[in-house]
Amino acid sequence: MLLYALQRLAVLAATLFFASIIVFAVMNVLPGNAAETMLGPTATPEAVAALSHKLGLDQPLLARYAHWVGGALRGDLGLSYAYGAPIAPLIASSLAVSAPLAAMAMALAAAIALSAGVYAADRRGKTGDAIVMGASQIGLAVPNFWLAILLVIVFAVTLRIVPAGGFPGWGEPLRALGALVLPAVALGVVQAAILTRVTRSAVIEALNEDFMRTARAKGVARRAALWRHALPNALVPILTIMGLQFANLIAGAIVVENVFVLPGLGRLMLQSISNRDTLVVENSVMLIAVIVIGLNFAVDLGCAAIDPRLRAGSA
Amino acid sequence: MRRGRRFRIRGGLSLWIGAALVGALLIAAAISFVWTPYPPAAIDIPHKFAPSSASHWFGTDSLGRDVASQLLAGSRVSILVGVVAVGIGLVLGLAFGLVAAFSRGVVEDAIMKASDFVFAFPALLSAIMLTSTYGPGVVNAIIAIGVYNVPVIAKLTRATANSVLAREYALAARAAGRGPIAIAFDHVLPNIAAALIVQATIQFAIAILAEAALSYLGFGAQPPQASWGRMLSEAQNVLYNAPLLAVFPGVAIALSVLGLNLLGDGLRDALDPKLKARS
Amino acid sequence: MLLEVSHLTVDIGTPNGVERVVNSGSFSLDEGESLGVVGESGSGKTMTSLALMGLTPENAFVSGSIRFEGRELVRLDEEEMRALRGDRMAMIFQEPMTALNPLHRVGAQVAEPLILHRGMTKAAASARAVELLEHVRLADPARAARAYPFALSGGERQRAMIAMAIGCSPRLVIADEPTTALDVTVQARILDLIDGLRAESKMALVLVSHDLAVIAGHCDRVIVMYAGAIMESGPVEAVLTKPRNPYTRALLDARPRSGARRGEPLKTIPGAPPLHHEAGRGCPFAPRCPLAIEVCRTTPPPEAMFGADRASRCHRARELA
Repeated sequence: MLLYALQRLAVLAATLFFASIIVFAVMNVLPGNAAETMLGPTATPEAVAALSHKLGLDQPLLARYAHWVGGALRGDLGLSYAYGAPIAPLIASSLAVSAPLAAMAMALAAAIALSAGVYAADRRGKTGDAIVMGASQIGLAVPNFWLAILLVIVFAVTLRIVPAGGFPGWGEPLRALGALVLPAVALGVVQAAILTRVTRSAVIEALNEDFMRTARAKGVARRAALWRHALPNALVPILTIMGLQFANLIAGAIVVENVFVLPGLGRLMLQSISNRDTLVVENSVMLIAVIVIGLNFAVDLGCAAIDPRLRAGSA
Repeated sequence: MRRGRRFRIRGGLSLWIGAALVGALLIAAAISFVWTPYPPAAIDIPHKFAPSSASHWFGTDSLGRDVASQLLAGSRVSILVGVVAVGIGLVLGLAFGLVAAFSRGVVEDAIMKASDFVFAFPALLSAIMLTSTYGPGVVNAIIAIGVYNVPVIAKLTRATANSVLAREYALAARAAGRGPIAIAFDHVLPNIAAALIVQATIQFAIAILAEAALSYLGFGAQPPQASWGRMLSEAQNVLYNAPLLAVFPGVAIALSVLGLNLLGDGLRDALDPKLKARS
Repeated sequence: MLLEVSHLTVDIGTPNGVERVVNSGSFSLDEGESLGVVGESGSGKTMTSLALMGLTPENAFVSGSIRFEGRELVRLDEEEMRALRGDRMAMIFQEPMTALNPLHRVGAQVAEPLILHRGMTKAAASARAVELLEHVRLADPARAARAYPFALSGGERQRAMIAMAIGCSPRLVIADEPTTALDVTVQARILDLIDGLRAESKMALVLVSHDLAVIAGHCDRVIVMYAGAIMESGPVEAVLTKPRNPYTRALLDARPRSGARRGEPLKTIPGAPPLHHEAGRGCPFAPRCPLAIEVCRTTPPPEAMFGADRASRCHRARELA
């Protein structure tokens, strides 16, 4: 297991390196002069030159890249052009909203998917299965931000149980969690639709394997065989897809945060885009990439923990 | 004894419902070019927030614009983005996938690694980056979503192409000296066609969702071009006044996506029963 | 009589209609006896063994009678059937590669029936599992118990399956092609192991195989199946040296012979077994039988008895003596 973890760690480092190159390239090499974009078309050449120098844009690319990565590793992400404040704390406080939101949404999605997916696989071809599949089709078709708006209409506008949006800050933990519930539901339900289908397929495939017949021949009860024998075998593909889906979850979070006016990473990015604060956008995108890649690394380790064949494969 | 009736989900049912919904979408778009109840962008403040009636089937929005007309006109953008983005994905994805399958070795690995990479960046994120750098608008949205489709099609093409190339008739063709392009057209493409068509409908659905999200954020189609996503964004501002305004565009999106997904499922069952075993 | 099967019939519901895969088979087995079930693929031998265990697929309908230890098993409550499986009757499957759960350690899988049926604690069952693995002559049983299935060879995995099957000292073990997927050298050792275990504990054995040599070497009695019907049954030596059924005879003739002349064509049975929905009214083997006469095609053959324990389902059985 240790050997496997170290190998994956090496791959992780390489992938992060490539990701940083690509993000850097897209944000710096392609669009032309960032200072020009920031100041707008009415800027004088002198102002552009001055800002370029201030931002270090006149340095060679390699130096800028090294400066960026070096700073990031130290926790210094530079200054925000729009706010004039250090970027790292800005991103950190927005992450304090987005990360719990994503976690809650994923947990909800996993809970729904595992129960509904196993249920549907067990009752394959019967009414219960059809209901689950039908519900998941609808879940796939519904845009998550629309579901968010509908939830706001029902719970905030009509029932007036919760405010329509906003975040009170973690100083009041209960209210803060409350503010994240509806957004997490909007995000999680749509994710659940995808994951339910994946779970169902994976469990059906596991149920068709020979070792299930062996288990029954030993006298293992159907329900026990489903949960103890079939599900662990289905978990590896399920977890893998969950990891891949996380990227989509984050994309969804960007939009949903907008609906609920949550001061998260998505909102920070969108505002920075309108403020033309490219450095913030660049660092936010990189952070998202790091989280997604890091999470998939964790998923790889998790799968290896479940399936002994994966850890031996490296031999 | 087992409870519950046996329910066989025939490919037929999905296919028909899906085809009906997609057909309705296409018809709506086609009609909108020739006629809408009112000009979608016609502002009529005195009649704002009108409820559903005979003259305004779905009512009017905050500026008095007819919702039904906007819905019809909005379908144009959804279809345009879907078709072009998927088209880009198909053409480029097919090319990359075939190159990967025929070249094998380092080239194949490089293309696959690059594809995995694009997956790590959510479609919406890349779309936001691109439109923020180059400006909002339908064209940039199409490019952004299209770029994301390429690796999906490339992976599918390469996987299917590899399995076809390993079969005897392809080996025979190669041994007979036929060039890769000929083999590609004669043998690989016909076998991929079914899987690609199914995947294309699914990518179309994803494209519609992505376009809606982009428009909602303001990065997609710009006014006066109507778009469902932007309708939702405007509706959100007046949620307490007229909540229904947020319902109709969402239903339109959901029905279109549902139709495409069902069509894809139905086609998968109809075109190749072997594909069904993998779903 | 430990096991009495009479007119066992298994019908499978398919999109093409109902297929009768086991047609009114009858046989019996006493304590400590071993019965070979031989036939081609599709003859119904696997479905027969699954029916004994109550493990037929969901779309299968079992009728007839299976009396095990005096109890009627057909249509027995699933709960009660479950109590029997792994305890009083056990099954060994064909593919040791896939028959073990890849995510559970071997020892845990061997221990599972002990925990289920004997109420042992995990620790006690694990210890007993190691003993069982030693009993089936696995080298380093403690290491094998801690290992995962993928780390063992095919032969080792099959030994583990056997250990799993005999854990609760079942009265009946059904082995469905237990050595077909193994190397020839390993086959003999596994079969000898099964023989040895049987002798020790007076276990009855139903050995399903398409290989006549395996049946000849390890069974007391044999039933020969074709297209779901039992064509011939009786003591193994008698049936295999002096067959009274054209199908049995054809099977014996079709074996490659050592000492045959080089270039001599191998004997085959022309034609192919009938697809289930093609089965006609008469004897299922009639289309391919060299001895078929008119009545064979129109009337199902009766069971001709030769003494108390020998039978042949053929219109012309008496002529073949």
